[in-house]
Amino acid sequence: MMATPAPSGRVVITGLGAVTPIGTGTEVFWGNIVAGVGGVERLTLVPDLDSYTTHIGAEVKDFNAEDWLDKKEARRIDRFIAFAVAGATMALRDSGIVLTDELRDEFGVLIGSGIGGLTFMGEQHRKQVEVGPSKVSPFWVPYMIPDMASGYASIVHGLRGPNTCVVTACATGTNAIGDAYHIIKRGDAIAMLAGGSEAPINEIGLAAFCAARAMSTRNNDPHHASRPFDKDREGFVIGEGCGVLVLEDRDHAIARGAKIYAEVVGYGMAGDAHHITAPHPQGHGAIRAMKKALSSAGLKPEDIGYINAHGTSTQLNDSGETSAIKAVFGEYAYKVPISSTKSMTGHTLGAAGALEALVCVRAMQDGILPPTINYETPDPACDLDYIPNVARKQQVDYCLSNSFGFGGHNATLILQRGE
Amino acid sequence: MSQDILNRVKKVTVEELGVKEEEVIEAASFTEDLGADSLDVVELVMAFEDEFGIDIPDEEVGEIKTVGNAVEYISKKLG
Repeated sequence: MMATPAPSGRVVITGLGAVTPIGTGTEVFWGNIVAGVGGVERLTLVPDLDSYTTHIGAEVKDFNAEDWLDKKEARRIDRFIAFAVAGATMALRDSGIVLTDELRDEFGVLIGSGIGGLTFMGEQHRKQVEVGPSKVSPFWVPYMIPDMASGYASIVHGLRGPNTCVVTACATGTNAIGDAYHIIKRGDAIAMLAGGSEAPINEIGLAAFCAARAMSTRNNDPHHASRPFDKDREGFVIGEGCGVLVLEDRDHAIARGAKIYAEVVGYGMAGDAHHITAPHPQGHGAIRAMKKALSSAGLKPEDIGYINAHGTSTQLNDSGETSAIKAVFGEYAYKVPISSTKSMTGHTLGAAGALEALVCVRAMQDGILPPTINYETPDPACDLDYIPNVARKQQVDYCLSNSFGFGGHNATLILQRGE
Repeated sequence: MSQDILNRVKKVTVEELGVKEEEVIEAASFTEDLGADSLDVVELVMAFEDEFGIDIPDEEVGEIKTVGNAVEYISKKLG
């Protein structure tokens, strides 16, 4: 066996994959982000919509599982696993990495999911109730458990390094990237597929989020429903999708001549210890997550050139996150450009942090900051620069991305532009 | 051996295992030749139960290793 070189302690991003409500594939996704294209429409994946209070969401429209899996698997597998395999395959191809037998032992997977295979879970439970327990699928357990995104992607690509999962609701994608960064930094892997996958748009998901009274009910105007930081925001818009990034030891990436999109330089996390669904009113956990990310990166607030906000379009999140940014950034909070790309993708829950990290990577690569679309009426409680409606040409060196989840999970990543 | 049963076994196998119809010959083993794992076999057997309206007890699943076995077993069950 070949001796593994000492880890460089630095972790770079060398591959990107995306399945989103505004396009499958990084190029089409990023193109639509820059153009300010929204993906929210009347839902098609849930029957009898009129019995729900919310009828709208951001579905992935151009995805065909058979493009990524064999026919047998594509026909029956839960959508969140199919998305994860697609994202993983795209990211690996994009990285140009050659998977030798030795590297496979050092290449891990950490693709989280906030919920897991809820569609499959619902179908099988219905079968159990209507026909009986002897008629449920033998795939019920493996297609339901959230860790199967990582497990399945590892099997498809033969990646035998650390294989694990994060489940922190809407902070999942950011935690997955941050935790994978630590795994590589401490030398437990040379490379990781990291990200999040979510497919919550089904009868159970819609009913449950409707009951939680957290979603927009702007049913007659779906294109304007996701409006983070706007005064008339009235709830998040549910979305689905997957983001996967190849994270790699920097020396390894340089030695193979990889294109280096960005470097992960900071990661912070903190708990609210406050309420099961509501964020802390003063953003206590969010403040500490951002501060820890900055200190771990050895950066000052003024070094950050762009913030990709959690920005869910709920009253509480957007005002609380604004307060938290002010508490961390002081006067500079009024200068740093901030946007919520959930205005376009909807809230993809466990995938959100991964897609938003991907947005940060492309923003730094292209020197374009993405907009917050549907921003019409300023809110006195949200008085920062949210890059309203139109993308901005601006080169930045560091991006900060926030994700917060039910349960009081707060996670912040800081990425640095590639060399 | 009933041609009708064979045709329906073939149809179900093609759907469940995602294989080509010409691969589903009587001598073909579900696990050795048609790529089924143990979970696939459970699902395939459940699909046969639905298709033919029969019950296949777990302890008899072992008799159904090939396409031909399945046709024989089902013919016997249907009397």
